[in-house]
Amino acid sequence: MEHLSAYEKVQLARHPQRPYFLDYVQHVCTDFVEVHGDRKFADDPAIVCGFGFLDGRAVCLVGHQKGRDTKQKLYRNFGMPKPEGYRKSYRVMKLAEKFRIPILTFIDTPGAYPGIDAEERGQAEAIAFNLREMSQMRVPIIATVTGEGGSGGALAIGVADRVNMLEYSIYSVIAPESCSAILWRDQLHAADAAEALKLTPEDLKKLNLIDEIFPEPEGGAQNDHAGMARSLRAALIRQLGELSKVPLDQLIEGRYSKFRAMGAFGE
Amino acid sequence: MTWFNREKRPLEATDEERHVVTEGLWIKCIGCKEALWKKDLEGNCQVCPKCGYHYKITAHERLNLLLDAGWQEHDAGMHATDPLEFTATKSYKVSLEQLPKKVGVNEAVITGQGKLDGYPIVCSAMEYNFIGGSMGSVVGEKITRAIERALDTRSAFVAVSCSGGARMQEGALSLMQMAKISAALAKLDKSNLPYISVLTDPTTGGVTASFAMLGDLNLAEPGALIGFAGPRVIEQTIRQKLPEGFQRSEFLLQHGMIDAIVERKELKPFISKSLKFFVG
Repeated sequence: MEHLSAYEKVQLARHPQRPYFLDYVQHVCTDFVEVHGDRKFADDPAIVCGFGFLDGRAVCLVGHQKGRDTKQKLYRNFGMPKPEGYRKSYRVMKLAEKFRIPILTFIDTPGAYPGIDAEERGQAEAIAFNLREMSQMRVPIIATVTGEGGSGGALAIGVADRVNMLEYSIYSVIAPESCSAILWRDQLHAADAAEALKLTPEDLKKLNLIDEIFPEPEGGAQNDHAGMARSLRAALIRQLGELSKVPLDQLIEGRYSKFRAMGAFGE
Repeated sequence: MTWFNREKRPLEATDEERHVVTEGLWIKCIGCKEALWKKDLEGNCQVCPKCGYHYKITAHERLNLLLDAGWQEHDAGMHATDPLEFTATKSYKVSLEQLPKKVGVNEAVITGQGKLDGYPIVCSAMEYNFIGGSMGSVVGEKITRAIERALDTRSAFVAVSCSGGARMQEGALSLMQMAKISAALAKLDKSNLPYISVLTDPTTGGVTASFAMLGDLNLAEPGALIGFAGPRVIEQTIRQKLPEGFQRSEFLLQHGMIDAIVERKELKPFISKSLKFFVG
């Protein structure tokens, strides 16, 4: 599928039959227990948090959750978290840190929810706070973009020691449709915008923004959920093994340097 | 047939004399629609003396306003390089070549070091005229270096935001600047150095969702638009008109997102007093 255009990859990343977070959880870990709520306002179904065992060790799992049918889509708010979702994820990650449990995050969101209630409760603050706090969490963190990496809403659970992308996932500062609306002043140039934004895994790898690209089953993950989850599981076990050998101070400093190095400019 | 013929042509004023030069001297206030003498506005830190409407000011004016005389600019030569070779209706490279001459600054942020009422301070101020104050690699790098400089010199850090958010033209590179700056702020946070964030009109998107909301104190100028999503995006999402005053400073104060609304003239004394509380 080398011949796919950037926008076709965007559509694949949004494929309605693509595995979502809870599909991965089933295959990646055992004994998964979901925990709810941010202890401040509500439980946000657009982000799911919990604990499970991966290859015999406890792990904390955090991921965006989309819905499959209309009812589920509405319930999950199309995978667009509100501030309480980010605050829940922070609470649970902090809990993981307390008991030295490594954190695995799964990114798949069109973006943080842009609505009145989200603004009232401080969407921006909730995201910013996660960015700052994740950079100092004293446990290994692995983030994997499994579908749509929609801007700040994705990054808010994406500050990690390893950042991976599935072969047909995307990671972008803005949705190509919105970029088209702003820069071309119409909705017709989404494909051009997708090309220009350089949002495919290969692009991000070239820009040194991600660590690894995980290959997908023939035709894409939607064709073989179990197969995709199996290979993802193996990769996560391998990366966790590497990271758990690193002393904690070095791990935190390494995470800082990793993001510190991102950017391209002249002097 | 006329009764009288004029023998001489009437005296005509030259074109120059005919125009009384008023253009540019008066403006109509955006806030109260009253005529304002421009000098009055300039003498009042670009705030309407009648209604208090806060006009945008340049990054240089901002640093002069907040810092004592003699502050030093850092990383003035840093510039964007168009890493994605981004072209929409206009090429990013061409914009980058034209803008410094047009706007008078190299990028959307200026960082400097100096004193504020004697307190050692590192300060960044955003330049809205440069691609809407958008945050690309240069803005991310300059602000991160400013924070690291505050750490190295045990100074307080003040960031003045004025930005539409992350810079689309640098794609995911821009997005990651949010994490980069926030990680540096985590270090500042742990080292007990004060960070004061000043939000001005407008502060939205990736800038609000990273350093602008992370101040030990978040201060806002009156009437500033502050939010995560822009009002147009929200209107499109919920398909209804937004209430008056939504996402303005007063709204954020009411919802607990900022510590205080401070008029431009009062900003420096306010920060100075806060530093007195925090560091003595």
